[in-house]
Amino acid sequence: MELDPLVLSRLQFAFVVSFHAIFPVFTIGLASYIALLNGLFYTTGTQAWERLANFWTKVFAVVFGMGVVSGIVMSFQFGTNWSNFALATSNFLGPMLSYEVVTAFFLEAAFLGVLLFGRGKVPQGVHLFASVMVALGTFISSFWILSANSWMQTPAGVELVDGMFQVTSWGEAIFNPSFPYRFAHMVMASFITGGFVVAGVSAWYLLLGRDVDANKRALSMCLWLLLFLTPTQALVGDFHGLNTLEHQPTKVAAMEGNWETRSGVPLLLFAWPDKDAQENIVELGVPNVASLILTHHLDGVVPGLNEVSPDEQPPVWFVFWSFRVMVGLGFLMIAVALAGLWLRRGGRVYHHRGYLQLLRVMSVSPFVAVLAGWFVTESGRAPWLVQGMMTHSEGLTPSLTGGMALFTLIGYVVVYAVVFYAGVYYLTKVVRNGMTILDEEDEVDEVERPKRPWSAAHIPFDDGPAKVEG
Amino acid sequence: MELIDLSLIWAAIIAFGVMMYVLMDGFDLGLGILFPFAPDEQARDVMMNSVAPVWDGNETWLVLGGAGLLGAFPLVYSVFLPALYIGVFLMLAGLIFRGIAFEFRFKSHRSRHWWNRAFCWGSAVAAFAQGAVVGTYIQGFETQGFVYVGGALDWLSPFTVLTGVGMMVGYALLGSTWLILKSEGYIQQWAYRVTPRLVLAVLAIFLVISFWTPFIDPAVWERWFGHLRWIWVLPGLALACMVMLLWSLKRRHESLPFLATLGIFLFTYLGLLVSKWPVIVPPDHTIWDAASAPESQLFLLIGVLFVTPIILVYTAWTYWVFRGKVRVGEGYH
Repeated sequence: MELDPLVLSRLQFAFVVSFHAIFPVFTIGLASYIALLNGLFYTTGTQAWERLANFWTKVFAVVFGMGVVSGIVMSFQFGTNWSNFALATSNFLGPMLSYEVVTAFFLEAAFLGVLLFGRGKVPQGVHLFASVMVALGTFISSFWILSANSWMQTPAGVELVDGMFQVTSWGEAIFNPSFPYRFAHMVMASFITGGFVVAGVSAWYLLLGRDVDANKRALSMCLWLLLFLTPTQALVGDFHGLNTLEHQPTKVAAMEGNWETRSGVPLLLFAWPDKDAQENIVELGVPNVASLILTHHLDGVVPGLNEVSPDEQPPVWFVFWSFRVMVGLGFLMIAVALAGLWLRRGGRVYHHRGYLQLLRVMSVSPFVAVLAGWFVTESGRAPWLVQGMMTHSEGLTPSLTGGMALFTLIGYVVVYAVVFYAGVYYLTKVVRNGMTILDEEDEVDEVERPKRPWSAAHIPFDDGPAKVEG
Repeated sequence: MELIDLSLIWAAIIAFGVMMYVLMDGFDLGLGILFPFAPDEQARDVMMNSVAPVWDGNETWLVLGGAGLLGAFPLVYSVFLPALYIGVFLMLAGLIFRGIAFEFRFKSHRSRHWWNRAFCWGSAVAAFAQGAVVGTYIQGFETQGFVYVGGALDWLSPFTVLTGVGMMVGYALLGSTWLILKSEGYIQQWAYRVTPRLVLAVLAIFLVISFWTPFIDPAVWERWFGHLRWIWVLPGLALACMVMLLWSLKRRHESLPFLATLGIFLFTYLGLLVSKWPVIVPPDHTIWDAASAPESQLFLLIGVLFVTPIILVYTAWTYWVFRGKVRVGEGYH
């Protein structure tokens, strides 16, 4: 079988970036939540807020560490597998990606240490300030990355001269047309992810009857947040979709499984798009609703995939189904948030075992939804790497062979499997340990540094005494 | 046209970043390489504790250097990484494994020996890969225009294997002299015993590399045997540092061996830079060929000039807080 370096590189990038994305998506939301908890403790002095803040800061430290480890690989991927792309776009993307690194380092050096290790050592106000700055820093980091990605979706402020993108307007390039929508959609997604994870863990503690007072507060707070955030996200997503319709109509056509430009397009609930036949093999839909959503008219004209030749179409079934997974989970999350409101009557929300179990399971759902959403937007752009200007095959490293790409693909899968296993195993330990403070003698002897965020979680990796050797 | 040559400023920044990385991550990678030879588990604890507060900060320079290259000299990024494809993967895998091992070794008891192995192998592989990068840089890259057109394993040659091994031994020397500085008792005695052997190995390998290099690249031959006589000062200083190192080991100095080793690395590094200057993607492309647009370089420069002093102050502060000896059975508290 012929090994295609293009397919393998796309697979490798998809794997590495998906694996990496789950960590920042969570930490961005969690950082704001910790800042909120610290703020509540600062203003009310209620101990429960402090206990919650301390616990979630430990979790934050571990997840942040895993994000950093998996992120380092990302910054080399552009050069190893996509060197033509890296060189051609370097005038714009080089500084953007570098600024992300600069922001992260500034953050670590200045504020992360105070947040992780400063409680009780610096004045409470300083600690609160540090946690706000860390939260702000996560936004600034995602600002650079999302601007860079959005520019690949809706390039602006550049001109292509001899195969090199030259920046003509930094403002237009950074604040390109899809950036505000993508940024809003992603920040909301991070908040929702944080909300569902905290709600899920609190629900689990309530099922076990541990730290009931603090976890009731956390659960209640998250459910209010989610009640507001999940429907708003649907609205933001809709605006984002309209923006995509304007700039990347083919992507929207793939999302809707709509092959022909026509009016009165149905909203397909189920379909099997077949790119070879250029039609859906089976389809089940609600008449005129896609037109209504996309044009706000029942018989509005929606562009179809046939506007471009088949080799300029994305993998339609993949985009179509990823989109349905994202939207389906989105509505499920809205329903769960609404159920929480209903169960508040008489405080049943804290005792209803079925609902608490459901919340536990739901803590995974935002991660799946976020990944599905990225699958939609990234594969939906195919075959373009920079929409309308550079294709995936043009961006690929010319010297790359299928064998090389396969070697590193397997390599990264192995490396990440070990990292992920160790990280999740350890995270489970941290969560199991809960909000109890360890005895002094159980404390693991170590040096606390912000550059080593895991040192903030003073939990042993395994049980049993140290082996005596030598 | 330009009032100041941004490419020159950036070349200085990148050169500084790479040097900081080699000097600082060098000794903690070196400790990883020495790990299996340590007298006992207690000594390993001390070795790890001696770099625990600083190792991750040391790697900051690698990431900053990589990001800086993409922003300021994208050609380096888009030729080195495809050419060193396999090597870059091995280096990253090594650094990740040893990073994870670092974090979990402190927290584990029964699984500790596994983390020891991961720490050692990760450090050794990363050090070898970095040495091979240097060797490949000396060897040069097969390019057409701005695109790498060579094969997957062009970077692996007898010469680059030698530079890879040389880097491992050199890092081990940085590690052992660092340990002399930071430890005491039987651990320090052990470090005193291994250091002279490492010095001899480093001297042998560095001499072979130095004599081999001019034959690989005619431009280097021209540079060293042409009219630029003063550059012979650099290898002279490197050798002087080596003599000082041996002398200070005999006198049982504690801090001088490490400083002398830093000197060896510094002058060797400068020697390499002047051999190649101003070529950054050998054999043909200079820093000006490799540069991104001046506005891009300027835009990024603002951020880097802002954050670099902060990182430097923070780094210095960390080393200051954790100065002094690491004792057996004692972290820093």
